[in-house]
Amino acid sequence: MFFSKNRDPELTLAEKIWQLNWSLVLLITSTASIGFVMLYSAANGNIEPWAYRQMIRFSIGLVVMLLIAVSSIHFWLRYAYVVYLACLGLLIVVEFFGATGMGAKRWVDLGFMSLQPSELMKVVIILALARYFYASRMEDVERLSYLIFPVILLAAPTTLILFQPDLGTAILLGASGIAVFFLAAVRMWIFITGAIAGIASIVPIWNFVLLDYQKARVLIYLRPEQDPLGAGYHVMQSKIALGSGGLSGKGFLAGSQSHLSFLPEKHTDFIFTMLAEEFGLIGGLVLLGLYFLIMIYGFAISLRCRHHFGRLVGMGITMVFFLNFFVNIAMVMGLLPVVGMPLPLVSYGGTSLLTNMIGFGLILCIFINRDVTLRPGAADR
Amino acid sequence: MHRDNDRYKAFSRRAVLLLGGNVILLSGLIGRMYQLQVMEGERYKTLAEDNRINLKLLAPPRGRILDRFGRPMAVNQQNYRALLVPANILNVNTTIAALSQILNVSAREKKRIAREVKRRKRFSNIVIRENLSWRQVSQIEANALELSGVMIDVGESRYYPDGKASASILGYVGMVSEQEMVRDPLLQLPGFRVGKAGMEKVHDVALRGKGGSSQVEVNAFGREIRELSRIEGQHGSEAWLTIDNEVQKFVAKRLGESPASAVVMDIHTGEVLALVSTPSFDPNIFNKGLSQVEWKQLISNPHSPLTNKAIAGQYAPGSVFKMIVALAALEKGVISKNFRVFCNGEVELGETLFHCWRVKGHGHMDLFNAIAQSCDVYFYEIALRTGIDRIAAMARRLGLGKKFKIELPGEKAGLVPTRAWKRNVKGSKWQQGETLLAGIGQGFILATPLQMAVMISRLVNGGRLVVPWMTRTVVPFAGKPPEYSTPPSFKSMGVHASHLGLVKKAMSAVINSPFGTAYKARIKEPEFFMGGKTGTVQVRRISEAERESGVLKNEELAWHERDHALFVGYAPLKIPKYAISVIMEHGGSGASTAAPVARDILLELQKRDPNSGSGAMQERREVRLEPEFPAKKFLREG
Repeated sequence: MFFSKNRDPELTLAEKIWQLNWSLVLLITSTASIGFVMLYSAANGNIEPWAYRQMIRFSIGLVVMLLIAVSSIHFWLRYAYVVYLACLGLLIVVEFFGATGMGAKRWVDLGFMSLQPSELMKVVIILALARYFYASRMEDVERLSYLIFPVILLAAPTTLILFQPDLGTAILLGASGIAVFFLAAVRMWIFITGAIAGIASIVPIWNFVLLDYQKARVLIYLRPEQDPLGAGYHVMQSKIALGSGGLSGKGFLAGSQSHLSFLPEKHTDFIFTMLAEEFGLIGGLVLLGLYFLIMIYGFAISLRCRHHFGRLVGMGITMVFFLNFFVNIAMVMGLLPVVGMPLPLVSYGGTSLLTNMIGFGLILCIFINRDVTLRPGAADR
Repeated sequence: MHRDNDRYKAFSRRAVLLLGGNVILLSGLIGRMYQLQVMEGERYKTLAEDNRINLKLLAPPRGRILDRFGRPMAVNQQNYRALLVPANILNVNTTIAALSQILNVSAREKKRIAREVKRRKRFSNIVIRENLSWRQVSQIEANALELSGVMIDVGESRYYPDGKASASILGYVGMVSEQEMVRDPLLQLPGFRVGKAGMEKVHDVALRGKGGSSQVEVNAFGREIRELSRIEGQHGSEAWLTIDNEVQKFVAKRLGESPASAVVMDIHTGEVLALVSTPSFDPNIFNKGLSQVEWKQLISNPHSPLTNKAIAGQYAPGSVFKMIVALAALEKGVISKNFRVFCNGEVELGETLFHCWRVKGHGHMDLFNAIAQSCDVYFYEIALRTGIDRIAAMARRLGLGKKFKIELPGEKAGLVPTRAWKRNVKGSKWQQGETLLAGIGQGFILATPLQMAVMISRLVNGGRLVVPWMTRTVVPFAGKPPEYSTPPSFKSMGVHASHLGLVKKAMSAVINSPFGTAYKARIKEPEFFMGGKTGTVQVRRISEAERESGVLKNEELAWHERDHALFVGYAPLKIPKYAISVIMEHGGSGASTAAPVARDILLELQKRDPNSGSGAMQERREVRLEPEFPAKKFLREG
């Protein structure tokens, strides 16, 4: 035993606040502030309707983040599966309403706010998988039978989201989960075999599992050009707006393409386009720089953590964050097909913001509890 | 912890691998951004200039306003207008200079345009001129190059085919004021109009409809290249009124230009068939944009054309009020129908003399004749016996002293004085002399023409509490007439039928008896007989000295000192259906000016009624054709 028993006791609240990684909090707030500025511009220079509400939501998110940061890491370890089951339940509720004729419904109305469980699941799946792998030994992960349970953990929500249908989120969720498998040191040949099996199964699934309307939806995701007035046209407009921004942009509130053109969802999915049009390459690089710094913090905190649970959660959430902003930006620049994917911390939207803040709360929590001992079986105490 | 160490090593290795992968992907993003914004930036800038996709809001057609038979009272007309698109303009002054060669833009208009360019948001358009001629449109199109930022647009503008005749009902539409310009993006459309008065204002939201949108590709000068997609708006709902537009026009024409107003309504259903206030204004001028001079003329006109006198004009009802006094006295039991008063032309109360309009006096009068001949002394006496509070209560039952919440803005409540009112509002005790004045409908009492029309309706419809209304229905644009809803039913006001019968008989005599005050204004065709009551309201105080030397005739007085002429009437006489009230400000005597107008209108109404004519005539003949009273009775009492 490297760690003696006296290193284990829970920190006091004051100690926790003292230990908080305030520079990460500052980075997060700066990134969100870019969002406020762009939402102000998206509303033609009005704080209503988006910027003001986004600020309120961010304030609430900040409180949630700090509460999670000072919460007990043991709690998250112990209740990871419970949280997972609750979130899965919400997904089923959404699916149920979808089946009763509401179409592709991704929202659950909680009365005071509407929640997108698929968005929350992005963080929750990391918790659940980290909970499973935190006590695994090197020999364990080499056994295929050991991997059956976590594969089910991942496959259940992914399938539900796929049939909402929300192909983008489903793929992103799957990729984040696989990243955790990867970090848990699952052998390389399993990934290679899995990839081959996955590609091979596409044809039978397409022919025998998917229904016609589901096929049609998948096709539109994959071939947006088929819908020239829809997604494909929007990407063209997005590229024109972004490209015409040039090196230094057209200036704040002067993005003629964003304001005059029919740039779709300029306050949500296409907000990066507006940023790049008004502030040019420089503006875009500033935001990417902030994102990269946040990633580096997540990476460093994960590596510094002394328990495997924290490492997996920290690195997993960092990966979710990266995939989110990467897919969004690649999408508006025409590198990836258009899927509904908000830009983290910047796009207007409650659940996405809340999910990101919960994720950062967990990373902060891991940073505070980096030296705590979590022994195998600790979750079952 | 050897095992954890292995695991940690594997984790770190793979985390670094992932991070490395992320960095490569990120570099890809940056490379793409560099490609789009720097390498191909110029190309996209040109594309941005040449290929702007503009989302235009489409103004929905404003719902029409129709009369009870679906005849249009307010419609839409095509209207070519020149718009200025600030985002596309190179230089405001050169553009306007070029434009003024075609359109003749005044200095004031130039200032307005410059101000609006500053005030509006960058991407919303400004109307330069509406109602362009074909010649102007083609000239603008031909000179498109010099006119950067000028765009021709086909819109619809409001048109009132009958102009002045229905302005008091319809009101008008006008530009959206800055205070109104909130939330609804529709209101920010250039040249969008909202209802500012009358029915246009009351039903504005329903009439507006819902905006559509059109996605158009425009070039750098704002000229449209093609439409990409279009979402049609929703046509404004149509308002069907209770008004009969032909009657409305007839009444308006008959009242002419003098300050006057008239209300015609159905006594059973409360539907207002015509409501006119004169002098009127042409609502079309508001739509075209009123010049300062025109506006000043409208608001400084002493006959206030913008005030709807039919609902907002408050007048002493004069002798028209006598029916109420009579009913109050009969109900209290202070008089019977045979109660008699001797009229010698004046009554003394304390130190003051109260005169009858007939200086010589009427002699012996009973209730029937006192109404028919409008004897003031009779009503002084019975008002005193009844008391002001009972008279006031009866006046309220007949619809005076409170608003009906008719669907027009600006309705006034009038005034029905009581002892309590005098104490609370005036701070002094009620005087007996004031009760006397109230007995002939003068003094504090005020009523609107609408209230007087309701009063006469309630008197002759069997004593039911009919309430006036003007909107039959507001329905989504469908192009076919809406279902007729069953007319509302009204409760009885609890006035004894025999009392009402007596008053009704007397009102018939006012017109149809040679001794009645309005005999000259009677309808001669028996099948169209009418009943009613005249009123002549004194607006000045007549001094004792003037009485000595002979009261001045109306023609001898300055216009504003002449009496108001009033008339309330109903027709047909036997089975009443229509009620009317006419008020001619400073028109002289009710019998000589208001009654003939009312007669012509009631005659016209009955001739238009599909139920009158031979069939209905026979029905009436069976009842009885002659007036109910024998002429000799008058001979005896006259």
